[in-house]
Amino acid sequence: MIAIYKREMRAYFTTPIAYVLTAVFSAVAGILFCICTLQMQTSDSSAYFQFLMYVYIVIIALLTMKSFSEEKRARTEQLLLTSPVSLTGMVMAKFLAAFTLFMGTLVLTVPFFAVLSMYSDPNWAKIIGCTVGIILIGSCFIAVGLFMSSLTENQLAAAVSTIAVLCGLVMTSVLNSVIDFYPVRAVLSWVSIYSRFANFTYGIFDIPAAVYYISVCAVFIFLTVRVYEKRRYA
Amino acid sequence: MIEVSGLVKTFGSFTALDGVSFSVGEREILGFLGPNGAGKSTTMNIMTGYLSSNAGSVKIDGVDMAEEPGRAKKLIGFLPEQPPLYADMKVDEYLNFVYELKGCTLSRAAHLEEICRVCRLSEVRGRLIKNLSKGYRQRVGIAQALVGNPKVLIFDEPTVGLDPKQIIEVRNLIRTLGRTHTVILSTHILSEARAVCDRIVIINEGRVLADERTDSISRTLNENTRYGLKICGPQKEVAEALRAVPGVLRAEITGERERDSFAYRIECENGYDTRKNVFFAMAEKGYAIVGMEEEGLSLEDVFIKLTETSEKDKKKGGGAKK
Repeated sequence: MIAIYKREMRAYFTTPIAYVLTAVFSAVAGILFCICTLQMQTSDSSAYFQFLMYVYIVIIALLTMKSFSEEKRARTEQLLLTSPVSLTGMVMAKFLAAFTLFMGTLVLTVPFFAVLSMYSDPNWAKIIGCTVGIILIGSCFIAVGLFMSSLTENQLAAAVSTIAVLCGLVMTSVLNSVIDFYPVRAVLSWVSIYSRFANFTYGIFDIPAAVYYISVCAVFIFLTVRVYEKRRYA
Repeated sequence: MIEVSGLVKTFGSFTALDGVSFSVGEREILGFLGPNGAGKSTTMNIMTGYLSSNAGSVKIDGVDMAEEPGRAKKLIGFLPEQPPLYADMKVDEYLNFVYELKGCTLSRAAHLEEICRVCRLSEVRGRLIKNLSKGYRQRVGIAQALVGNPKVLIFDEPTVGLDPKQIIEVRNLIRTLGRTHTVILSTHILSEARAVCDRIVIINEGRVLADERTDSISRTLNENTRYGLKICGPQKEVAEALRAVPGVLRAEITGERERDSFAYRIECENGYDTRKNVFFAMAEKGYAIVGMEEEGLSLEDVFIKLTETSEKDKKKGGGAKK
């Protein structure tokens, strides 16, 4: 498992993926931060974190698109699947590699808050709450991205389908406001990733929401493992 | 060392393997022969744990692949048809990755050094895999299979796409490895199996047609002895004279011409050495024999014969059912 993790990390940094994604992310996140806090002359960064979620939909889709699809295309998955590493170990290694890079991009935003603290007295509880929320949501996004990548050997198809699924998961809250039928609203509200983020923006550590995000993450990791198991039995 | 019994694999309504069974002894090189689509790769993929079977079992050194895949996989080094190489890695980095992936406990530097020496990769260890020639990539593929010093090596069509020089090199390497490992080699090139393997399993349409030692497989099916001859003289008359020789069942002109001699093939009764008769009969007529050699049934012939027999059996079986 550690070998696959190391190999994944290496692959991110020996190809332009990590550099391009972190550069683009930093630029977009910086602009968003300026607009949401500095230009608005507020120290409340919850709007910034909400926009950041949408940025991560694209960034994580691009980050995870080659995780399994490239292995499948290059037939290197045969090496992994015939080695003494378990399927769960293989999927977890790839998850952790993508998660590490995702955390790296998040760390790059730390100086933003240092700047903010120079001009105001930000609510650190809110910032930490939002950060925890974003980490949990990012983990879900990565798990979805890995799952979509395991379904195809075309990287572009993996990225586009990941963006579509993640948009679907986030946008359910929008649908929620236009649908009158209660049972559908209840289901959409339960599925919505976005609506559960609200409490984190108030600086509250919402345990049910955290459990939900971890569960979604676990379900998609499990489904990815199942994709490989199913292929063995195909 | 390897026990494969009753493997059945279906893909939807298509039966890829239908009760494949064979065993391989320690330090034996087994050739797995069959045309494209015969089920060779499927069998190998099941043996290595890449695919599962619908029925049957694979035991590597007594360890069941389905029950203890982790332990069984440690005993196998596998080179798939397309070597599983990361093009963006250097050879050394790749072998180190495989070393860690397999959880090896051998001394890393010495072990990888030895593998590179055996596979003759020492001079390209620092090069990116994507910049290597096909032959070198194949050798890197073989090297990754050797990492961890597994008891069993499984090579799926290891010489496909290589030039003749590279083919000879890979074959020699496999022969060398066969002295210390149990090797299974799949190929659809019959001469390759004969050149490298101790034993051959012939498979077609998911069924084992033959499982014998390389030298005895052609003999088993060879009902009559055949000789190739080169004789000087008029073609038709020589052929007639050959047919008249006692013990000769059939004589045919093969069409090859060499200066003033023509090539013929005669088939004689099994166990009856008719060469002296042929010699004296030709000498009497004044036709000089300039060449004579025994032609064993080639593996190509064996394969066609076995395939035909299997198809005939199938038709008979189908007729009986009706």
